[in-house]
Amino acid sequence: MGRLTRLTACGIMGNMDRADEGTAADASGSVRAGVGAAVPLAVAVGIFGVSFGVLGVSAGGMGALPALVMSVTTFAGSAQFAAASVLAGGGGPVAAITAAVLLNLRYGPIGVSVARFLPRDRWRRLAASQLVVDESWAIASRGDGRYDPHRLLGAGVLLYAVWVGGTLMGVIGGEALGDPETLGLDAAFPALFLALLVGQLRGRGTVPVLVALLGAAIAIALIPVAPPGVPIIAAALAALVGLRR
Amino acid sequence: MSDAWITVLAVGMGTIGIKAAGPMLLGARPLPARALGVVALLAPALLAALVATAALADGQRISLDARVIGLAAAAVAIGARAPVLPVVLVAAAATAVARALGMP
Repeated sequence: MGRLTRLTACGIMGNMDRADEGTAADASGSVRAGVGAAVPLAVAVGIFGVSFGVLGVSAGGMGALPALVMSVTTFAGSAQFAAASVLAGGGGPVAAITAAVLLNLRYGPIGVSVARFLPRDRWRRLAASQLVVDESWAIASRGDGRYDPHRLLGAGVLLYAVWVGGTLMGVIGGEALGDPETLGLDAAFPALFLALLVGQLRGRGTVPVLVALLGAAIAIALIPVAPPGVPIIAAALAALVGLRR
Repeated sequence: MSDAWITVLAVGMGTIGIKAAGPMLLGARPLPARALGVVALLAPALLAALVATAALADGQRISLDARVIGLAAAAVAIGARAPVLPVVLVAAAATAVARALGMP
């Protein structure tokens, strides 16, 4: 179970499009591209969703309905596993809430990065903001500081569906699917992030490469000394290099 | 209310609030040029940190386990210009094989 706490997965459905981002055909193509890019991860996210559900109904777990409600409302795998493991270890709700919120604080800077690309309408904007998870955000990134809201929609809705669906299957009885770690699925997440990072760095000069190296160095240095979640938020400070340009 | 429900509701509301904060407070307002420079670099900084923590962190420990084999295999595939899907599959397969051979 310990290893599961560091996983990242998953926001909430919404509808978004922006008139100034090309034609309707372009938009639906981008939504499909977002779905397509998220498919390999959807398998991994779904199986981890099952694990979260199984954990919920196992001895010391939070129970079937709380586990399911958490996947519906929180949609962030690492934070959910962290909260569940703190509760199962007898840590109490304050420790569990603190651990999960620290892990999700990275969605502060991530939300700032996508803000100007989301729909203008207030409610659609709110819904779109909830579809942002590490994977959908990374898939929507165009690499030059711009984000494609349609790819975010496609990837976000698919990942949300498999996360909640997986949790439901796990709660009902999904032990049969096997251990995601035996299948190596926990390595799918760093591999995706590396593939998307390298794609963004190609042909963009040395500054983004240096910022990435600095971000990784900050995160690695803080892993042993700070609670999970803090190393990622602290790494965002590497982007302040951008003030000098 | 049970500890589980208190946790579920607080974490759910907290997460929804954190995710909504940037988009709802900033709106579609254009950012100043210097701020845009920082925002453009958030993706490389955060993606690199996600690579590092997802591959190495085990709680507050740095753990060199089978995930590192998967990440190395992914790096080779990325170097060969493979698309994202094969990269992810190669990483999972390499990690699964390393675990089957006894690596933690």
